[in-house]
Amino acid sequence: MTGHLLSIADLGADGIEEVMRITDSFVEVSSRDIPKVPALRGKTVVSLFYEDSTRTRLSFETAAKRLSADTMTFSVSTSSVKKGESLKDTVETIEAMGIDAVVVRHKSAGVPQQVAQWVADDVSVINAGDGWHEHPTQALLDCYTIRERLDTLEHKHIAIVGDIKHSRVARSDVLAFTALGARVTLVAPPTLLPPSLEGWPVDVSHDLDEVVPKVDVVYLLRMQQERMTEALLPSLREYTAHYGLTTRRAAQLQDGALVLHPGPMNRGVEIAAEVTSMPNTLITRQVANGVAVRMAVLFLLLGSGASLA
Amino acid sequence: MAERERYLTPPLGGVFVPRAQVMTADDCRRAITRIAHEIVERNHGSANTVLIGLQTGGVPLAHELAETLQRIEGATDEDQIPVGSLDVAFYRDDIGLRPVLPEAVTDISFDLTGKTVVLVDDVLFTGRTIRAALNALNDYGRAKAVQLAVMVDRGHRELPIRPDYVGKNLPTRRDEMVDVSDEGVILGDMVAVK
Repeated sequence: MTGHLLSIADLGADGIEEVMRITDSFVEVSSRDIPKVPALRGKTVVSLFYEDSTRTRLSFETAAKRLSADTMTFSVSTSSVKKGESLKDTVETIEAMGIDAVVVRHKSAGVPQQVAQWVADDVSVINAGDGWHEHPTQALLDCYTIRERLDTLEHKHIAIVGDIKHSRVARSDVLAFTALGARVTLVAPPTLLPPSLEGWPVDVSHDLDEVVPKVDVVYLLRMQQERMTEALLPSLREYTAHYGLTTRRAAQLQDGALVLHPGPMNRGVEIAAEVTSMPNTLITRQVANGVAVRMAVLFLLLGSGASLA
Repeated sequence: MAERERYLTPPLGGVFVPRAQVMTADDCRRAITRIAHEIVERNHGSANTVLIGLQTGGVPLAHELAETLQRIEGATDEDQIPVGSLDVAFYRDDIGLRPVLPEAVTDISFDLTGKTVVLVDDVLFTGRTIRAALNALNDYGRAKAVQLAVMVDRGHRELPIRPDYVGKNLPTRRDEMVDVSDEGVILGDMVAVK
C-alpha cells in the first residue's frame, strides 16, 4: 500500500499529527551514535530536482540513507534534459530502473501531481516544492519545530512575514498551521500578497511593528529575487525598513516568542544577522528536524504499510 | 506486544474475548520476584546489569523487575539498575507486509557496551520481535551478554530464540491470544467485529 505526499491538504490535522508522532521516534534515532535503522532496506528513493536546492535535497537524501534506503540523485544540469528529454520520458526512464519513491522539485506548480499520474501504483511521489504552489515537508518540519518548543500550535498566533505571493512555503504553512489550530497573520506589502486571499483562513496586516509584540511565532520568508520578474518593491532597503526583522523589532518580541525561517536566508534583508543567533531563533533546529520529519514521511509512505492520506 | 498489534490492527482487527485467567496479579508478582532472584544468581549480582523493556508490554515489567532487583540486592540510590525502553518497529522483518508503526519513542540513555542486558517482554511467541530487538541493541553498543526475560512463553517459535527467564510456560493454539496486564495473565480469543 502506498500513497503520495503532494499537498498538506491531503493530510489533514490527523495526518499531520501522525507524522509528528512518528517524527518523535526518528528524532531519537538521529540522536544515536549510529543514527541508522534498517527499516527501508532494499527500497530506492530518487530525488528529481529541476530546481536548485541545498537543504531539501540533502535532507531527503540523508533521511533515506538513515532508513537504509538506496538513493539516486538526478540533477538537471548533468542529465539528458540538456539533450531535450521531456519530463515524462525522464520519469519513465527513472521508473524503469525500479524505484519506490521519487522526490520531485520543479519550478512549475502541479508537476508532482502530474508525475504521480504517470508512475505505477507502487511508486510514491513526494512534493519537495513545486513553483508557487506547495512545499509540504517544509510545513511539517515547521510544525514539528514549533510544537517541540511550544508543545502545541493550538491557539498560538503565528505571523508569516514577507513574500507571500511567490512562496510555496507560505501556502503549505498556512494550511498546516491552521489545521493544527493556530491563528495566522500574513504580514506583507500589498504587492507581495497573492491577488486573492479568498478562502484563506488568515488575517492580513501591512504593519510589522504592530504585529511583532502580539505573536508567539514570527515566520520570515526569503525575498525570492529569482522569482521577481516585475518591480514589486521600490528597493530591498525599503523592504527591510518596513518588513525586516531588525534587532530593534526583535526586541519587541514577547518572551519566548520564536523566530523561524525556511532558508536560505538573505542576512540583512528579511532578517538581521544578530537576530539569526538569538536563542529563540530556530533556523538550524528546523534543518535538524527536517531530516527526522522526512524520515517519518518516507517511512509512512514506503515502510509502514499504512496510508498517509 | 507484537502479538497484540498484529491482532488489533486491520485487516485482522477485532475484540479480545477473555476465556481463562491463567495468572493472577499476585502470581505475576511472585514470578517477577523469582525471575529477579534467578537474574542475580546467574549473573552473580546485579552490578553490571541493565534492563530494557520492549514497547509497550515489556516496559512496566522491566520497571517492576528493576525495583524487585534493587530490593533483594539492597541497592542504594547510587547504584540504581538502569532501565530503558526499546521500540523495535524500524527493525521488524514484516515492514511493508502489514502496518508497522512505532508505539512509543525508544529511550536508552546509557551505553550498553560491556553490560549484561536483560531484555524484558510480556509474551514470547514467534521470536521475531526479539530478533528485531537484538538487531536494535547493536546500535546502542556491544553488550557483554543479552538475556531474555518474559512473563509468558506461549510457544510457536519461528526462529532459534529461547528465553532465559520465564514467568510461565503456557501451551496455546496459534490463533489464541495472551493478554498480560497489571490484572494478571488472561488467555482468550480475538473475535472479528462484524
